[in-house]
Amino acid sequence: MGMTITEKILSYHLKRDSVKPGEFIEVNVDIVLANDVTAPIAIKSFKNLGLKDVFDNKKIALVPDHFTPNKDIKSAEQAKILRDFAREYNIVHYYDQGEVGVEHALLPEKGVVVAGDIVIGADSHTCTYGALGAFSTGVGSSDVAAIMATGKVWLKVPETIKFVIKGKLNKWVFAKDIILYIIGKIGVDGALYKSMEFTGDTISSLDMSSRMTICNMAIEAGGKNGIVPPDDITKKYLDERKERDYIFFNSDSDAKYSNVIEIDVNNLEPQIAFPHLPSNTKNISDVKNISLNQVVIGSCTNGRIEDLRIAAKVLEGKKVNKKVRTLIIPATPTIYKKAMEEGLFKIFLDAGAIISPPTCGPCLGGHMGILAKGERALATTNRNFVGRMGHPESEVYLSSPAVAAASAIKGEIASPEDI
Amino acid sequence: MKFTGNVYRYGDNVNTDEIIPARYLNTSSEEELAKHCMEDIDIDFSKKVKKGDIIVAGKNFGCGSSREHAPISIKVSGVSCVIADTFARIFFRNAINIGLPIIELERANEKISDGDKIEVDLDNGIVKNLTKNVEYKINPFPPFMQKLINSGSLMNYIKSSKQN
Ligand code: SF4
Repeated sequence: MGMTITEKILSYHLKRDSVKPGEFIEVNVDIVLANDVTAPIAIKSFKNLGLKDVFDNKKIALVPDHFTPNKDIKSAEQAKILRDFAREYNIVHYYDQGEVGVEHALLPEKGVVVAGDIVIGADSHTCTYGALGAFSTGVGSSDVAAIMATGKVWLKVPETIKFVIKGKLNKWVFAKDIILYIIGKIGVDGALYKSMEFTGDTISSLDMSSRMTICNMAIEAGGKNGIVPPDDITKKYLDERKERDYIFFNSDSDAKYSNVIEIDVNNLEPQIAFPHLPSNTKNISDVKNISLNQVVIGSCTNGRIEDLRIAAKVLEGKKVNKKVRTLIIPATPTIYKKAMEEGLFKIFLDAGAIISPPTCGPCLGGHMGILAKGERALATTNRNFVGRMGHPESEVYLSSPAVAAASAIKGEIASPEDI
Repeated sequence: MKFTGNVYRYGDNVNTDEIIPARYLNTSSEEELAKHCMEDIDIDFSKKVKKGDIIVAGKNFGCGSSREHAPISIKVSGVSCVIADTFARIFFRNAINIGLPIIELERANEKISDGDKIEVDLDNGIVKNLTKNVEYKINPFPPFMQKLINSGSLMNYIKSSKQN
């Protein structure tokens, strides 16, 4: 019987011909990652084991991106645990200072994760790397400690839902709108425990950045992993940066799916997720009079150079509304430099926006743009839970960078069509 | 591993705040956590529960936050295992990693009533309802997972496998 791409990656790592959904397996991990929030706990558990060394210093990625540059004493202590550990164990993929960026934008950009990999991270958005044709999922800190010791993780083989996305996107409609639409349709537990395989002519025409936006939010539908079949676009991306050889796996035509969902995007409008769930989505044409105090363009969902170019296109020659603090957060130093060289910073600064160093910052209510009671933000991030960006009585709406930029100009949620 | 115990039955979507309310997360004392286990859904649970008892629930048990405190409070309160229709993904992992056996059984909370006496045979994958005198087959855990559960936690499991 045929297999899905996820089943094939898992069987390959087990050196077996097949795996069955529901089966428990123990597999070798290619990359394990943790950040400044999750790594300190994992490091403590690891140290309790009393081992001399980690399983492989080239397969561990430590990215202090959440509260850096160190926000306060507490976060400085957390980050220090990573720094000390990284030095002590000579962790190769440890990024700090001018090298650090948002983990899920940074690792693909550096070629650290490649197609065919199993990537396990103590961060729920680890599912992003499915865009490269890898199996990747988020776990807890104990799991990371265990992997750092043994190189192995236990997994339950997920069933797969296949999404067939067809049609041509309208001018101001992007990958973010596709994934918000899907989550709105199936709900925050619509893919609970399952693999979400994104296929169809719309997906195969998307660039890697857009595919990452889609896979990044698989967890927002409860998914275990999101994955896009690798193709020539993947190949070109990987060949420009890969650190290791990659393997392309693809689903068989007779692979078994728990469900197949077809979506026609020809008439899809920009989507807005209302507080306090990413599934609470509306078409932009149904959104009226939502005034804003802040706009955030950044994060592992939409902080790549492609996203900044779109925002710049909308903001060029315009001014952001005086009432809206507009934050632009390039996700990595390379993106930062590119944006600068391409003249995007001039556009942003002329428009009155603020440019932040690469960090998760306000995405999780960490620092660099926290909301006061009653304030409202539109963000290109992935979660709008209660209090996600600050005060429990503040509100977060989610959208694409184009809508975020247009809304910054208008002072309320608006379509780029209206600018 | 085999356990026998009486059932405490709950519905769908029992969340981690009901299992262990956030107001108790300022302690990492396992006994203290156990004292408040299930408090917001069943106020007297920690007083009633006896060693070996079993929690039975519907869909999506353990949804919500990723706190490892939730399965810990259940385990330390004496519960031998949780049987549910389905579990939320991270709860599932955390439960296994801290050594709390959990079992997926379709329509568990329709098949099993509050107070039923249940016998669970993990090695052979059998759930026996001694009160109703019926037997259900479940997928047994593979050997390495049984070892993990038997050793008490993922960290213990790794410690012992590294020493051998
Ligand atoms: S940008 Fe936001 S969602 Fe992404 S890793 Fe950072 S905190 Fe998490």
